[in-house]
Amino acid sequence: MSNSPIETDVVIIGAGPCGLFAVFELGLLDIRCHLIDILDRPGGQCAELYPEKPIYDIPAYPIISGQELTDALMEQIKPFDPQFHFNQRVDEIEKLEDGRFHLKTDDNQEFICKNVVIAAGGGSFTPKRPPLPGIEEYENGSVHYSVRRMSDFEGKDLLIVGGGDSALDWTLNLTPIANSVTLVHRRDKFRAATDSVNKMLALREEGKINFHLGQMTEIHGENGEMTGVTIKGSEEEVLVKCNRLLPFFGLTMKLGPVANWGLNLHENLISVDTEKFETSAEGIFAIGDINHYPGKLKLILSGFHEAALMAQKVNAYINPDKKVVFQYTTSSSSLQKKLGVK
Amino acid sequence: MPKITFIEHNGTSHEVEGEAGMTVMEVARKNDIPGIEAECGGACSCATCHVYVDEGWLPKTGASEEMEEDMLDFAFDVRANSRLSCQIKVTDELDGLVVHTPEKQF
Repeated sequence: MSNSPIETDVVIIGAGPCGLFAVFELGLLDIRCHLIDILDRPGGQCAELYPEKPIYDIPAYPIISGQELTDALMEQIKPFDPQFHFNQRVDEIEKLEDGRFHLKTDDNQEFICKNVVIAAGGGSFTPKRPPLPGIEEYENGSVHYSVRRMSDFEGKDLLIVGGGDSALDWTLNLTPIANSVTLVHRRDKFRAATDSVNKMLALREEGKINFHLGQMTEIHGENGEMTGVTIKGSEEEVLVKCNRLLPFFGLTMKLGPVANWGLNLHENLISVDTEKFETSAEGIFAIGDINHYPGKLKLILSGFHEAALMAQKVNAYINPDKKVVFQYTTSSSSLQKKLGVK
Repeated sequence: MPKITFIEHNGTSHEVEGEAGMTVMEVARKNDIPGIEAECGGACSCATCHVYVDEGWLPKTGASEEMEEDMLDFAFDVRANSRLSCQIKVTDELDGLVVHTPEKQF
């Protein structure tokens, strides 16, 4: 992790389809971009929610899957060499005295850029918090939604809930260092990789982990220190003693820190104009599902249009003296040179 | 047109008209039924359109398929009659269907 700020023309927050296409439109104007995304790969909702699902309303593609669309966009923007920063969420944006912006992520990476484009879709993907009464009180130590440092779990009594890869991988990895590990899942079938399931079953067989079929109903503890969780099975309830809980129930989208950046919002969406898609803060733009204007449609194709118009205004900010000559990629030799057309 | 009744956790009941071919989730969204979020828009990717099918209707709605069962792992308080409403297609056979929405989607 580098702590020296990265300087660039534009930082795009969100590497979904609109963020990716923004790289293309800005690239044609010689503007370089860094992209930051909370996920571990490009594609946003297309990659996380529906990689295999067909999309039928991308112009010129009668049918294309979320993953194919992502792959095609990645190919299309390759000539502009976008720099990606995954697994990070932008927490702060601050305007500097020289008019540029300073951004900081939750991984302490800093950026200094001339313009910011928010293409954050439905917000950042965050782990789902089980709706157990009082769970917030335990989030400062007892309840973890991811494992940042394995040592946090050393010698602890763990309760891991879920049946996917995260739940099983951490069951396997933390069993050797924890005092005890209990795995809870609502059914006897696991979504995780077969190899992990077999390893987990072996641990269960050897008595190295406990397994309960059921669902959490109540957290017990006091002063923010968890002491146990009630698990309801099909017939009976058991109280599992534990002081660390790792619930893995997938991801949901939350607006997150965007709400704190002082931008005008319209019901959790960022208000923009329809000429430049600029927010209430000069120099910060918002495109795609996260913005709002009269008549807004949350379609990928609308986001592509917004990216093109946004790029014109960003260009006016970054290259105020450059004469803008509108060109088509079909015929402009200079655009084709940028795209690497031979 | 098949009628569908959504009963909220607090007992409030909404009887609305569906259309054969739509999903139960789409019918709920079209009629602004509280308690059906459908965050992913019907891609069977989020579990926020979770409903409990009224016991008597289970034979007609059928059981969930494997992908739906996997996604139900992300729902809360899953029961034997749990379904994702985006995976139940409305048919004339389902005229009168009753589903209950959970206390909260998550």
